[in-house]
Amino acid sequence: MIWMLAALAFWAIATGVNICLAGSNHRHKRWARILVPALFGLSVLGLWEGIVRVLEISPILLPPPTLIASKFAATTDLLWKDFVQTALKGALSGYFIGCAAAFATAIAVDRSDFLQRGLLPIGNMVAALPIVGIAPILVKWYGFGWESKSAVVVVMVFFPMLVNTVQGLREADAIQRDLMRTYAAGYWKSLIKLRLPAAMPFIFNGLKIGTTLALIGAIVAEYFGSPIYGMGFRIQSEAGRLAMDMVWAEIAVAALAGSAFYGTVAMIEKMVTFWHPSQRS
Amino acid sequence: MRSVLPVFTVMAVIIAIWYAAAVSMNSGWAYDQAERAGKELSFPELISNTMSQDRARLPAPHQVAVEIWKTTVEKKVTSKRSLIFHGWITLNATLWGFALGGVIGLSLAIAIVYSRVMEMGVMPWAVISQTIPIVAIAPMIIVMMSLMGIEERLVPKAIIAAYLCFFPVLVGMIKGLRSPDQMQLDLLRTYHASPTQSFWKLRFPSSMPYLFTSLKIGIAAALVGTIVGELPTGALRGLGARILVGDQFGPPIRIWSALIVAALLAGALVTIVGVLQKITLKRMGMLR
Repeated sequence: MIWMLAALAFWAIATGVNICLAGSNHRHKRWARILVPALFGLSVLGLWEGIVRVLEISPILLPPPTLIASKFAATTDLLWKDFVQTALKGALSGYFIGCAAAFATAIAVDRSDFLQRGLLPIGNMVAALPIVGIAPILVKWYGFGWESKSAVVVVMVFFPMLVNTVQGLREADAIQRDLMRTYAAGYWKSLIKLRLPAAMPFIFNGLKIGTTLALIGAIVAEYFGSPIYGMGFRIQSEAGRLAMDMVWAEIAVAALAGSAFYGTVAMIEKMVTFWHPSQRS
Repeated sequence: MRSVLPVFTVMAVIIAIWYAAAVSMNSGWAYDQAERAGKELSFPELISNTMSQDRARLPAPHQVAVEIWKTTVEKKVTSKRSLIFHGWITLNATLWGFALGGVIGLSLAIAIVYSRVMEMGVMPWAVISQTIPIVAIAPMIIVMMSLMGIEERLVPKAIIAAYLCFFPVLVGMIKGLRSPDQMQLDLLRTYHASPTQSFWKLRFPSSMPYLFTSLKIGIAAALVGTIVGELPTGALRGLGARILVGDQFGPPIRIWSALIVAALLAGALVTIVGVLQKITLKRMGMLR
């Protein structure tokens, strides 16, 4: 019971501090923007721990955060190996290939208005499809190694990236294009100096959507065949033997990897598109 | 309508690439068979062989079309081989997940718009929740559900669908509920409108375009979630299960036909929401 009271007390204090912070003049400062969600997250973890301990929920059903943390600390070698296999080899390589291919395709069809009008609706539709279903096919084609995971990721990130880049390249105004023409800028000059920079917010939108899709693709593909390491393999096999603490540790790795990946792309976006209204609050 | 011709052209190009790929990917098997039989394959023979293999690495489009026809129109709807049967199972879970995700997204959006603590504390976590690959959670949700005694496969699938679906609704509705400008809000205050009244009479109606746009993304995401929920978990029914079974036991053509049906389902769902959007916005006088 003491655990529950402690957790509740912590939750109440954290919420109180949050309410004060959110109402105070500090709320636009950077530390407050980090502290408030951090406190909220910690209080949820505290409640989780307290509820699990008081209700004596079996660790098979829902392990408490402390158990997950200790499992995480005890198996860092294994988790690192899984991370390298799935996130670095599978997801990241596929992400780069897929985004580069989509970008090149967008530039290639850029000169033809006809192709663009055909590609946009189809690309939009394909981007909404459950493409992950293609994973078993690609695993069959390219084997159990990371190459097949990479292939799944390429297919998954291709269409969102393509649609966003094509859309972005249309973004520059007619007036701006005419201005470039009065400067006697050719196609490539005006592409590099005007239209690509104008397309950057859209391109980064595609890149950001791609980060989550890349991890999903790499993990799903491992369910259909993988070497005996990798995040998807570990999650499935450990869930099968009800070792939920290990599953949660792997989920924590996935969350950290996903957030770091997204955060990196968002940071680069901030540097590249500093001029865009959404970045200048 | 002026994009009909380009769309068909691009589709034709895609199908042509598909046929070419089918020939090149299936030729290995064809050559192998011919060599064992001690025959030489001429080019027309090669083409016709690669178009009609039973266990082709990449089935040709018309083979997939025939398979879909066989498993939808020619099978009884109750048959376990009917894709309509499996599609219905998937659709059911998708709609439940969509409803759940829509309600969660909508209520979180209202809470965030009206409470600054919620905005500062919860919004970052909503973003982080989407960077966690949902598939990592899928096997666990299913094991947890079965330990809790819920054997029904619908519930875990709907939860996964809702997890993917709530986020676009949340983001869209925050934008939508904030879309009335300060003048309009001030006007309602001069009318002495209560917060509830200003919600129902101003904020909610003016968020409608945003709502439907995000519902379109949301229902596609819910379908993806349902299929992902069916994939890694040994589900026996549903389009995802069909993909899984085709992978492990059946000819690859089953995977392809299930994939195409899933794509058609996604297209139909998005179209239905789009039609609802048109009707609603028209009646509200928002359609320009």
